[in-house]
Amino acid sequence: MEVRYRIKRFNPERDRAPHWEEYKVPAEPTDRVLDGLHYVKWYIDGTLALRRSCAHGICGSDAMMINGRNQLACKILIKDAGRRVTVEPIRGMRVIKDLVVDMEPFFEKYRAVMPWLIAHDPAPEAERRQSPQERARFDDTTKCILCAACTTSCPIFWADGEYVGPAAIVNAHRFIFDSRDQGAEQRLAILAERSGVFRCKTTFNCTDACPRGIEVTKAIQDVKQAILLRRI
Amino acid sequence: MIEHRFDAVIVGAGGAGLRAATELAGLHVAVVSKLYPPRSHTGAAQGGIGAALGNLEEDHPEWHTFDTIKGGDYLVDQDAADLMCQEAVETVYELEHWGLPFDRTPDGLIAQRRFGGHTRNFGEGPVRRACHAADRTGHMILQTLYQQCLKHGVHFFDEFQMLDLLIEDGRCHGLVAYEIDTGELHTFHAKAVLLATGGFGRIFKVTSNAHALTGDGVAIPWRRGLPLEDMEFFQFHPTGIYKLGILLSEAARGEGAVLINGKGERFMERYAPTLKDLAPRDMISRFMHMEIREGRGIEGKDYLHLDFRHLGKDIIAQKLPDITEFVRVYLGIDPTREPVPIQPTAHYAMGGVPTNNDGQVIMDERNTPVAGLYAAGECACVSVHGANRLGTNSLVDILVFGRRAGRHIARTVRESDLVAGRANPGSAVAAEIRDLLARTEGESVAAIRAALQEEMMARASVFRTGGDLTSALETIQTLKERYRRAKIDDRGRRFNTDLLEALELGFLLDLAEATVASALNRTESRGAHFREDFPNRDDANWLKHTLIYRRRDGYEFRYKPVVITRFQPKERKY
Repeated sequence: MEVRYRIKRFNPERDRAPHWEEYKVPAEPTDRVLDGLHYVKWYIDGTLALRRSCAHGICGSDAMMINGRNQLACKILIKDAGRRVTVEPIRGMRVIKDLVVDMEPFFEKYRAVMPWLIAHDPAPEAERRQSPQERARFDDTTKCILCAACTTSCPIFWADGEYVGPAAIVNAHRFIFDSRDQGAEQRLAILAERSGVFRCKTTFNCTDACPRGIEVTKAIQDVKQAILLRRI
Repeated sequence: MIEHRFDAVIVGAGGAGLRAATELAGLHVAVVSKLYPPRSHTGAAQGGIGAALGNLEEDHPEWHTFDTIKGGDYLVDQDAADLMCQEAVETVYELEHWGLPFDRTPDGLIAQRRFGGHTRNFGEGPVRRACHAADRTGHMILQTLYQQCLKHGVHFFDEFQMLDLLIEDGRCHGLVAYEIDTGELHTFHAKAVLLATGGFGRIFKVTSNAHALTGDGVAIPWRRGLPLEDMEFFQFHPTGIYKLGILLSEAARGEGAVLINGKGERFMERYAPTLKDLAPRDMISRFMHMEIREGRGIEGKDYLHLDFRHLGKDIIAQKLPDITEFVRVYLGIDPTREPVPIQPTAHYAMGGVPTNNDGQVIMDERNTPVAGLYAAGECACVSVHGANRLGTNSLVDILVFGRRAGRHIARTVRESDLVAGRANPGSAVAAEIRDLLARTEGESVAAIRAALQEEMMARASVFRTGGDLTSALETIQTLKERYRRAKIDDRGRRFNTDLLEALELGFLLDLAEATVASALNRTESRGAHFREDFPNRDDANWLKHTLIYRRRDGYEFRYKPVVITRFQPKERKY
């Protein structure tokens, strides 16, 4: 079958503003949207810029807005995307070229929540003990692949770039609720600031956008509760 | 040309590179990677990391060592395997201390599961050795290591592509890299360079490997006159999703899933009566091809089934959530109800840049180190995997040898001074780029790459013959000719991935050539290298490592003895 790809193009060396281009791509229903983008790049116009690597939803490179929703191009198939596929970069970030955006501010927010285990007690020779129940408590947020689909689907983030955003909160949650971590107080203090969790208005865009199925909004609510009740 | 000076530069931000970086955090160190670190392919590893913790049943590092050596069809350097399996235990505990969220036993210990080729008491039966976090263990390792690097303030150059190494008089002085965002060339002067660029599965059509895995850090030292070791050994993982090659972890079989042929038979019982579906990957992939050839594929076609159905929904949901989702998304199949179509997928290069046990790259069969140059992980060949790697051991390898390389580099850079390399180090690379950008006529890079991948799949994969390999080598020469006349569309400086894909194809062509030439040269069958015209292992002539050098008029082969300490080669039976 033939699929029409409508792609938002922007080349900073040539264009003053983004514009749309259309491409006809032969495709099978089981092909990934990424396969069609590759077809365009490899056989029609090599100047198309996009990021991708693993092509099966694990590396987090190819988050883009497909048919108006943030998704991974490698994780949505043509049979679900349809015969007309609209592709544009994720929103709220500076576009470097075509579908490639500047990820630095996103990673800066990630780093701001101190995304590493903080444990002051000396480690034992073997593993620290953790019960399966304790481990289950933060399981959902360990799945994050830092693709930015959640943060760049959030209307609060679009309106206010200062907002730390869902992905950073997810990664703080992953440590705050880990029984081995002793940094909760610092992390909660950071997230209680003006740029933190209370900006969230629970629109659930982030949860809908997460390609890993993380209950992002719930994680944000968990963190709000922990701040308000001063307990984890 | 932008110049940088560091004590050490690590190329690649997967498990090996980041593990080394954590050892070097106190020094002036940079990590250069063509991807953002969390995009690295370590994150795609699924099933587990092998370490004889003995949390669920008796286990010992010696048993792990034995399995590694036997799994590698006795081409493993036994001193290296011994180190790896001993140090596996502390490196796993170290990851736990850094916060890695392993699954837990009811007692709160790290949970472990069965995996292919891992046995108790030197082959008696399967043992639970693979430490896991569901089927996303690699993701957790990559995240944990990246987190530690951020904590320690490691300096990252993200989306920088290495294009050349500065090697003169047996010493490495640094490297040249291309900044993808701007198109600028950068020279990194360093006392030590660690190559940690991963594998090159993209030489094959059906592969579990990411698009980024083009073996840059293997091809560049080869072009610079250094040898590659054991390139003929490339592992095909038995359970790739049919046609797509996406990996379905061996953990599936570790948890009890089985392989089924077109007659509904659990055929591995015939070939490996003790370990059955948990025999090593090289053997299973070969037996799968035999079943298909003999007409016992599903409906007589070129695939088989992986059957999860008897495991039950709970086990599948808890222990194998990601691969269940892959099957659902890419095949539209619910594995709790239907068997899954699978075929062997190009997965792992056992060969690569030869190193000693401290990650120092060596230049000859006498193990002479190249001063200042290191390699670790899949791009390297220590050799701990010999002719066939066991499942879980790639993760063990990146941690143990990433750490060992990091420690050796730390000692080296404290004792040495930065030496200036040759003038205009980037000139060769700049000329190559100018040349590519200037060509206005020619055929597309994509067509040449597709032809290469088809040819490698057809003639240099699980079964090989001298005739097929000879014609594959001729095809590769033709493709190299075509590549010299290939054209790209994008002549810009900003995020020019068209240019990068062309340069990466150059690496793939070189690595395919080294693989096929080495495979043609080795006239025996061992591990993942199976020659139909030489179907037996030949220890009298071939119990040795291949070193292939690129020469002006072809190749030179040299050989390095296998280090054998405790375990004399025996026939492999499972």
